[in-house]
Amino acid sequence: MTTAAPREQQASGRRKVWGHQNRTLWFWVFVGPFLLGLGVFTYIPLGWSVYLSFFDAHNTVTPDDFVGFGNYTAMLRNEAFTDSLWTFLVFSLFIVPATYALSLALALMVHRQRRAQAFFRSVFFLPAACSYVVAALIWKMSIFNGVRFGLANTVLDWFGADQIAWLSTTDPPWYWAVIVTVRLWLQAGFYMVLFLAGLQRISPTLYEAAAVDGARPGWQVFRHITFPQLKATSVAVVLLLVINAFQAFDEFYNLLSDSRGYPPYARPPLVYLYYTALGQGQNLGLGSAGAVLLALIIAVVTVGQAKWFGLGKKEAE
Amino acid sequence: MTINRRGLLGAGAALGLLSACGSNSGRDDGGSGDGPKLSQWYHQYGEQGTEQAVKKYAAAYKKANVTVQWRPGNYDEQTAAALLTDSGPDVFEVNGPSLDQIQGKQVADLTELFEGVKDDFNPAVLAPKTYAGKIWGIPQVIDMQMLYYRKSLLADAGVRPPKTLDELVDAAKKLTSQKTKGLFLGNDGGAGVLGGTPLYAAGLELVTAEGEVGFDDPAAARTLGKIHQLYADKSLLLGAPADWSDPSAFVQGLTAMQWSGLWALPTVQKELGDDFGVLPFPKDGAAGKPSVPVGAYAAAVSTRSKHQKAGKDFLKWLWIDSTDRQEDFALSYGFHIPARVSLAKKAEKLRKGAAADAVRYTTDHGQAEPLLWTPASRSAYQDALSRIIKDGASPDEELKKVVRKVSAELGRVKKKS
Repeated sequence: MTTAAPREQQASGRRKVWGHQNRTLWFWVFVGPFLLGLGVFTYIPLGWSVYLSFFDAHNTVTPDDFVGFGNYTAMLRNEAFTDSLWTFLVFSLFIVPATYALSLALALMVHRQRRAQAFFRSVFFLPAACSYVVAALIWKMSIFNGVRFGLANTVLDWFGADQIAWLSTTDPPWYWAVIVTVRLWLQAGFYMVLFLAGLQRISPTLYEAAAVDGARPGWQVFRHITFPQLKATSVAVVLLLVINAFQAFDEFYNLLSDSRGYPPYARPPLVYLYYTALGQGQNLGLGSAGAVLLALIIAVVTVGQAKWFGLGKKEAE
Repeated sequence: MTINRRGLLGAGAALGLLSACGSNSGRDDGGSGDGPKLSQWYHQYGEQGTEQAVKKYAAAYKKANVTVQWRPGNYDEQTAAALLTDSGPDVFEVNGPSLDQIQGKQVADLTELFEGVKDDFNPAVLAPKTYAGKIWGIPQVIDMQMLYYRKSLLADAGVRPPKTLDELVDAAKKLTSQKTKGLFLGNDGGAGVLGGTPLYAAGLELVTAEGEVGFDDPAAARTLGKIHQLYADKSLLLGAPADWSDPSAFVQGLTAMQWSGLWALPTVQKELGDDFGVLPFPKDGAAGKPSVPVGAYAAAVSTRSKHQKAGKDFLKWLWIDSTDRQEDFALSYGFHIPARVSLAKKAEKLRKGAAADAVRYTTDHGQAEPLLWTPASRSAYQDALSRIIKDGASPDEELKKVVRKVSAELGRVKKKS
């Protein structure tokens, strides 16, 4: 009896540490590595970046020259940075609705298609499998190059128009045509598939009921049945599109950069910060300050968007 | 012990994690010799045989075990990041070293290696490697840029090779036709590649010897306005498949004149024979003089290296004592001018034709970007130049903004010293 009590206590103590059926142990075995990875590769760099943003950190990640909010005021007064935020805003305001409309239109057309639906679905979806870098290089070097044998200029030539240096012309800003089309081509198919899935979930009885009630097929049915029924899909698509727009880097960098840097137009914040912090400048303090500002903006926009769409609320509410 | 599903998965995950942490440092090619292990980095040269050559040099050195890493991709970014860690190179090639690298004590002082031979190095490229009276990198070879023009096309259009910037603007306009443009300054219209060259051609400079802004002068705006004229006249080739550094646009006849590097000379010579000539950037204004930009990759020693002394000895052996290897490196693969004046004078290949012109321009008109011209200044100036050229922005106002930014940047770096 005298020895049984401590043993029991020991067992219950171990249960306290490891949990029932060692559940706590297994929790850490499975979650631990990912938590560790998240910490090492995401949160430590994030924290470090905030730390660096308060220092004059040229070519060093262990700076000792504290400058307070100096980097932040410098960044906010820096026209190149504020310009890049505008660039980005204009880009998102255009690309989000444009991709939304195009992919919805594609989905509606493919959905109505009775024959060869799988074929059209794959054809429109295929570009999503292409990398941004590859697509950007094709756009830059073969379709929209500035010389007479580029595809776009060949077409212009048929109509007797002058050749255009697409990526180098700032007035009118033809480079936007290149940037926007490459992203539309790459993205539209993917969101079309999301919309198709949404369309297939709409119950046919709704359409039958609408027909009985005398709704005219076409715009009226779309406006009052299809579009409201796609609300959940639409919210997801818009969220994803905005996130993708925030990440704008690949096609911009590959279309417009050259060995000597990047032109001062169509320069989104990530590209600008890349050159500030990681290019030859190696101004890690200033770059970090810009990154923190950008992160704050993204956080505000995301929270605002979630509120706006009522994301996270229960379906019933 | 029974193996349950959870245990198996857990073990698998742990194994996977372990194996993912394994590293392959890839540092075991081309090494030889006894003594300390040194890792040497080069950026990727486009010319055939260069990689083999530098590995051969490293293998010939017996006092240390030197392994060469040939690094394609964004070399400047790679070295900058690697120098922050202990796993970086011991000795490395650098398009600099930059002022911030020197002030940040990332590269070692190499002054003592130059004893007795300092005067043999081309002063134009040695100056940007010198800071506070000390030398921080050994210039390897000189690269320069110049204007290539097609003699036959100029003759057809009745145009003389331009001697002034105004003549260049006129010539480019006359040479532009439906199929051929007059001039190619890069797909960005010249903002990137020209840099300070037009300012030097106007008799100004980027940073003065006293460390002040060197282009706070109405002449600067006037000269840069003329580059915009080239753009406004639609004389510039834009959007070519290959950029200015590649002579393709020139040899394919897309343009009658192109700004490119000395490295393009062998290709141009092969494709066009005698039908081309080279010029410096033409002078502008009364105080102007022709100008060609020169630069040199330098060999430097990282202060993070555990074998700084061995690294210095190796660099002295390769880039100061072994003149035969320096000559081989400069002229056997690509086409560069040796950084040593004595070698440049001796080199057979540089004695005739366009190559001889190039060497003469380098000696007479060569201008290297000063060390105080930091990346922050360069990007502010380049942005302004792009807006002047393409958007037709007022050169006066744009330059005023640049002068303000560059002064602030010069103040920052002076404060540090």
